[in-house]
Amino acid sequence: MNKPNSRRNFLVAAGGLAAGIALPATVAAQMPGAPAATQEAIRRMVGTARINKGKVTLDLPALVDNGNAVSLAVRVDSPMTESEYVKAIHLFTEKNPQPDVASFHLGPRAGRASIATRIRLADSQAVIAICEMSDGSFWSGSANTVVTLAACLEEI
Amino acid sequence: MARALINVPAAAKRGEIIEIKALAQHNMETGYRRTQLGGLIPRDIIRQFVCTYNGVEVFRAEFHPAIAANPFIAFWTVAIESGTLAFTWTGDNGYSVNESKSISVG
Repeated sequence: MNKPNSRRNFLVAAGGLAAGIALPATVAAQMPGAPAATQEAIRRMVGTARINKGKVTLDLPALVDNGNAVSLAVRVDSPMTESEYVKAIHLFTEKNPQPDVASFHLGPRAGRASIATRIRLADSQAVIAICEMSDGSFWSGSANTVVTLAACLEEI
Repeated sequence: MARALINVPAAAKRGEIIEIKALAQHNMETGYRRTQLGGLIPRDIIRQFVCTYNGVEVFRAEFHPAIAANPFIAFWTVAIESGTLAFTWTGDNGYSVNESKSISVG
Protein backbone atom coordinates (compact mmCIF):
# COMPACT_ATOMS: atom_id res chain seq x y z
CA MET A 1 0.00 0.00 0.00
CA ASN A 2 2.96 2.37 0.35
CA LYS A 3 4.21 1.10 -2.96
CA PRO A 4 4.17 4.43 -4.88
CA ASN A 5 6.07 6.06 -2.07
CA SER A 6 8.79 3.43 -1.92
CA ARG A 7 9.04 3.43 -5.70
CA ARG A 8 9.53 7.17 -5.69
CA ASN A 9 12.16 6.86 -2.99
CA PHE A 10 13.90 4.20 -5.00
CA LEU A 11 13.91 6.35 -8.15
CA VAL A 12 15.25 9.34 -6.28
CA ALA A 13 17.99 7.23 -4.74
CA ALA A 14 18.83 5.59 -8.06
CA GLY A 15 18.94 8.96 -9.82
CA GLY A 16 21.27 10.35 -7.21
CA LEU A 17 23.50 7.32 -7.50
CA ALA A 18 23.66 7.57 -11.29
CA ALA A 19 24.51 11.26 -11.11
CA GLY A 20 27.20 10.46 -8.58
CA ILE A 21 28.79 7.94 -10.93
CA ALA A 22 28.59 10.12 -14.03
CA LEU A 23 29.85 13.31 -12.41
CA PRO A 24 32.44 12.72 -9.73
CA ALA A 25 33.02 15.93 -7.82
CA THR A 26 36.70 16.12 -8.78
CA VAL A 27 36.20 16.40 -12.53
CA ALA A 28 32.83 18.13 -12.41
CA ALA A 29 34.44 20.89 -10.39
CA GLN A 30 37.35 21.16 -12.86
CA MET A 31 35.33 21.27 -16.06
CA PRO A 32 32.14 23.10 -15.21
CA GLY A 33 29.62 23.09 -18.01
CA ALA A 34 31.05 20.16 -19.95
CA PRO A 35 28.51 17.43 -20.75
CA ALA A 36 28.52 14.21 -18.72
CA ALA A 37 29.94 12.06 -21.54
CA THR A 38 32.88 14.43 -21.95
CA GLN A 39 33.51 14.54 -18.21
CA GLU A 40 33.42 10.76 -18.08
CA ALA A 41 35.93 10.46 -20.95
CA ILE A 42 38.23 12.95 -19.21
CA ARG A 43 37.95 11.06 -15.95
CA ARG A 44 38.82 7.79 -17.69
CA MET A 45 42.00 9.44 -18.98
CA VAL A 46 43.17 11.37 -15.91
CA GLY A 47 41.67 9.33 -13.08
CA THR A 48 40.97 11.34 -9.96
CA ALA A 49 43.87 13.76 -10.42
CA ARG A 50 43.27 17.48 -10.14
CA ILE A 51 43.14 19.36 -13.45
CA ASN A 52 44.62 22.85 -13.33
CA LYS A 53 43.71 25.61 -15.74
CA GLY A 54 46.48 27.09 -17.85
CA LYS A 55 49.78 26.25 -19.59
CA VAL A 56 47.87 24.79 -22.55
CA THR A 57 47.09 26.91 -25.61
CA LEU A 58 44.64 25.51 -28.12
CA ASP A 59 44.50 27.16 -31.53
CA LEU A 60 41.23 26.59 -33.34
CA PRO A 61 39.54 28.79 -35.96
CA ALA A 62 36.66 30.78 -34.45
CA LEU A 63 34.41 30.05 -37.42
CA VAL A 64 34.57 26.79 -39.38
CA ASP A 65 32.95 26.36 -42.80
CA ASN A 66 33.33 22.61 -42.91
CA GLY A 67 33.43 20.49 -39.76
CA ASN A 68 34.98 17.56 -41.63
CA ALA A 69 38.50 18.96 -41.41
CA VAL A 70 39.27 21.59 -38.81
CA SER A 71 42.92 22.58 -38.25
CA LEU A 72 43.89 22.46 -34.64
CA ALA A 73 47.17 23.16 -32.87
CA VAL A 74 48.10 22.67 -29.23
CA ARG A 75 51.05 24.34 -27.50
CA VAL A 76 52.06 23.61 -23.94
CA ASP A 77 54.21 25.87 -21.82
CA SER A 78 57.03 23.51 -20.78
CA PRO A 79 60.85 23.67 -20.94
CA MET A 80 60.92 20.08 -22.33
CA THR A 81 64.05 19.02 -20.43
CA GLU A 82 64.92 15.56 -19.07
CA SER A 83 63.47 16.46 -15.68
CA GLU A 84 60.48 18.53 -16.76
CA TYR A 85 58.55 17.66 -19.89
CA VAL A 86 55.09 16.98 -21.31
CA LYS A 87 54.14 13.31 -21.24
CA ALA A 88 50.87 13.44 -23.12
CA ILE A 89 48.26 15.71 -24.66
CA HIS A 90 44.66 14.47 -24.82
CA LEU A 91 41.90 16.10 -26.88
CA PHE A 92 38.18 15.98 -26.12
CA THR A 93 35.05 17.49 -27.66
CA GLU A 94 31.74 18.38 -26.06
CA LYS A 95 29.16 17.52 -28.72
CA ASN A 96 30.71 14.95 -31.05
CA PRO A 97 29.08 11.48 -30.90
CA GLN A 98 32.21 10.31 -29.08
CA PRO A 99 34.04 12.77 -26.81
CA ASP A 100 37.56 11.34 -27.35
CA VAL A 101 39.48 12.83 -30.28
CA ALA A 102 43.11 11.76 -29.91
CA SER A 103 46.00 11.29 -27.51
CA PHE A 104 49.57 12.34 -28.27
CA HIS A 105 52.51 10.95 -26.30
CA LEU A 106 55.60 13.12 -26.18
CA GLY A 107 58.81 13.02 -24.20
CA PRO A 108 61.92 15.08 -23.48
CA ARG A 109 63.18 14.22 -26.99
CA ALA A 110 60.35 16.23 -28.54
CA GLY A 111 62.21 19.48 -27.77
CA ARG A 112 59.05 21.51 -28.18
CA ALA A 113 55.63 20.70 -26.72
CA SER A 114 53.60 21.52 -29.78
CA ILE A 115 51.44 19.43 -32.09
CA ALA A 116 49.04 20.08 -34.95
CA THR A 117 46.39 17.94 -36.61
CA ARG A 118 42.99 18.12 -38.31
CA ILE A 119 39.80 17.01 -36.58
CA ARG A 120 36.07 16.55 -37.23
CA LEU A 121 33.48 18.64 -35.42
CA ALA A 122 29.81 17.63 -35.43
CA ASP A 123 28.52 20.91 -34.00
CA SER A 124 29.51 24.34 -32.71
CA GLN A 125 31.21 23.50 -29.47
CA ALA A 126 34.26 23.73 -27.22
CA VAL A 127 37.32 21.54 -27.73
CA ILE A 128 39.28 20.69 -24.60
CA ALA A 129 43.00 19.85 -24.45
CA ILE A 130 44.36 18.21 -21.31
CA CYS A 131 48.09 17.89 -20.85
CA GLU A 132 49.88 15.45 -18.56
CA MET A 133 53.24 16.66 -17.22
CA SER A 134 56.21 14.54 -16.18
CA ASP A 135 55.58 15.45 -12.52
CA GLY A 136 52.09 13.91 -12.73
CA SER A 137 50.14 17.18 -12.81
CA PHE A 138 47.39 17.87 -15.35
CA TRP A 139 46.71 21.17 -17.11
CA SER A 140 43.88 22.10 -19.42
CA GLY A 141 42.99 24.61 -22.09
CA SER A 142 39.96 24.94 -24.33
CA ALA A 143 38.70 26.83 -27.35
CA ASN A 144 35.23 27.48 -28.74
CA THR A 145 34.30 27.35 -32.38
CA VAL A 146 31.22 27.88 -34.53
CA VAL A 147 30.67 25.17 -37.18
CA THR A 148 28.41 25.97 -40.14
CA LEU A 149 28.57 22.58 -41.90
CA ALA A 150 28.74 19.72 -39.42
CA ALA A 151 30.70 16.51 -39.87
CA CYS A 152 29.14 13.04 -39.39
CA LEU A 153 25.73 13.90 -40.85
CA GLU A 154 26.03 13.28 -44.56
CA GLU A 155 24.74 10.11 -46.19
CA ILE A 156 26.49 8.26 -48.96
CA MET B 1 46.50 1.59 -52.12
CA ALA B 2 47.79 2.95 -48.92
CA ARG B 3 50.11 5.91 -49.22
CA ALA B 4 51.76 8.32 -46.88
CA LEU B 5 53.48 11.69 -47.21
CA ILE B 6 56.22 12.69 -44.80
CA ASN B 7 58.13 15.93 -44.48
CA VAL B 8 61.43 15.73 -42.57
CA PRO B 9 64.39 18.08 -43.12
CA ALA B 10 67.18 16.18 -44.92
CA ALA B 11 69.86 17.80 -42.79
CA ALA B 12 69.97 19.51 -39.42
CA LYS B 13 72.44 20.81 -36.88
CA ARG B 14 73.05 18.69 -33.80
CA GLY B 15 70.56 19.70 -31.11
CA GLU B 16 68.30 21.55 -33.52
CA ILE B 17 64.56 21.13 -32.92
CA ILE B 18 63.00 20.00 -36.20
CA GLU B 19 59.37 19.81 -37.25
CA ILE B 20 58.02 16.60 -38.73
CA LYS B 21 54.80 16.50 -40.73
CA ALA B 22 53.13 13.24 -41.65
CA LEU B 23 49.97 12.51 -43.61
CA ALA B 24 48.48 9.10 -44.40
CA GLN B 25 45.92 8.43 -47.08
CA HIS B 26 42.90 6.97 -45.32
CA ASN B 27 39.12 7.59 -45.28
CA MET B 28 38.88 7.39 -41.48
CA GLU B 29 35.31 6.05 -41.69
CA THR B 30 33.76 7.09 -38.39
CA GLY B 31 31.24 4.31 -37.85
CA TYR B 32 28.52 6.96 -37.30
CA ARG B 33 27.58 7.51 -40.96
CA ARG B 34 24.68 5.73 -42.64
CA THR B 35 23.92 4.78 -46.24
CA GLN B 36 20.74 6.10 -47.88
CA LEU B 37 19.06 2.81 -46.96
CA GLY B 38 19.81 3.47 -43.30
CA GLY B 39 22.51 0.86 -42.79
CA LEU B 40 25.37 1.87 -40.53
CA ILE B 41 28.75 2.00 -42.30
CA PRO B 42 31.20 0.12 -40.07
CA ARG B 43 34.09 1.97 -38.45
CA ASP B 44 37.41 1.80 -40.29
CA ILE B 45 40.07 4.13 -38.90
CA ILE B 46 43.79 4.39 -38.25
CA ARG B 47 44.14 3.85 -34.52
CA GLN B 48 47.81 4.48 -33.89
CA PHE B 49 50.76 6.41 -35.29
CA VAL B 50 54.30 5.86 -34.01
CA CYS B 51 57.53 7.67 -34.90
CA THR B 52 60.89 6.17 -33.94
CA TYR B 53 64.30 7.82 -34.25
CA ASN B 54 67.05 5.21 -34.74
CA GLY B 55 64.80 2.64 -33.08
CA VAL B 56 63.79 4.79 -30.09
CA GLU B 57 60.17 5.93 -29.92
CA VAL B 58 60.00 9.74 -29.89
CA PHE B 59 56.32 10.33 -30.62
CA ARG B 60 53.12 8.31 -30.54
CA ALA B 61 49.48 9.21 -31.20
CA GLU B 62 46.21 7.36 -30.70
CA PHE B 63 43.34 8.35 -32.98
CA HIS B 64 39.57 8.19 -32.52
CA PRO B 65 36.94 8.71 -35.24
CA ALA B 66 37.03 12.49 -34.69
CA ILE B 67 40.37 12.71 -36.52
CA ALA B 68 39.69 13.98 -40.06
CA ALA B 69 40.12 11.85 -43.17
CA ASN B 70 43.73 11.57 -44.36
CA PRO B 71 45.07 12.13 -40.83
CA PHE B 72 47.68 14.87 -40.66
CA ILE B 73 50.08 15.19 -37.75
CA ALA B 74 52.77 17.77 -37.11
CA PHE B 75 55.17 17.46 -34.18
CA TRP B 76 58.74 18.26 -33.16
CA THR B 77 61.84 16.32 -32.23
CA VAL B 78 65.45 17.11 -31.37
CA ALA B 79 67.97 16.13 -34.07
CA ILE B 80 70.47 14.21 -31.95
CA GLU B 81 72.34 12.11 -34.52
CA SER B 82 72.30 11.03 -38.15
CA GLY B 83 70.06 8.10 -38.86
CA THR B 84 66.57 7.03 -39.74
CA LEU B 85 63.16 8.23 -38.70
CA ALA B 86 60.63 5.43 -39.07
CA PHE B 87 56.86 5.97 -39.17
CA THR B 88 54.18 3.35 -38.62
CA TRP B 89 50.43 3.72 -38.96
CA THR B 90 48.21 0.86 -37.79
CA GLY B 91 44.45 0.59 -37.75
CA ASP B 92 41.25 -1.34 -38.24
CA ASN B 93 40.97 -4.24 -40.70
CA GLY B 94 44.70 -4.95 -40.61
CA TYR B 95 45.73 -1.51 -41.91
CA SER B 96 49.48 -1.08 -41.56
CA VAL B 97 51.84 1.30 -43.34
CA ASN B 98 55.57 1.76 -42.74
CA GLU B 99 57.66 4.62 -44.08
CA SER B 100 61.10 5.91 -43.23
CA LYS B 101 63.20 8.99 -43.90
CA SER B 102 66.90 9.49 -43.31
CA ILE B 103 68.37 12.59 -41.74
CA SER B 104 71.97 13.72 -41.60
CA VAL B 105 72.95 15.62 -38.48
CA GLY B 106 76.20 17.56 -38.43
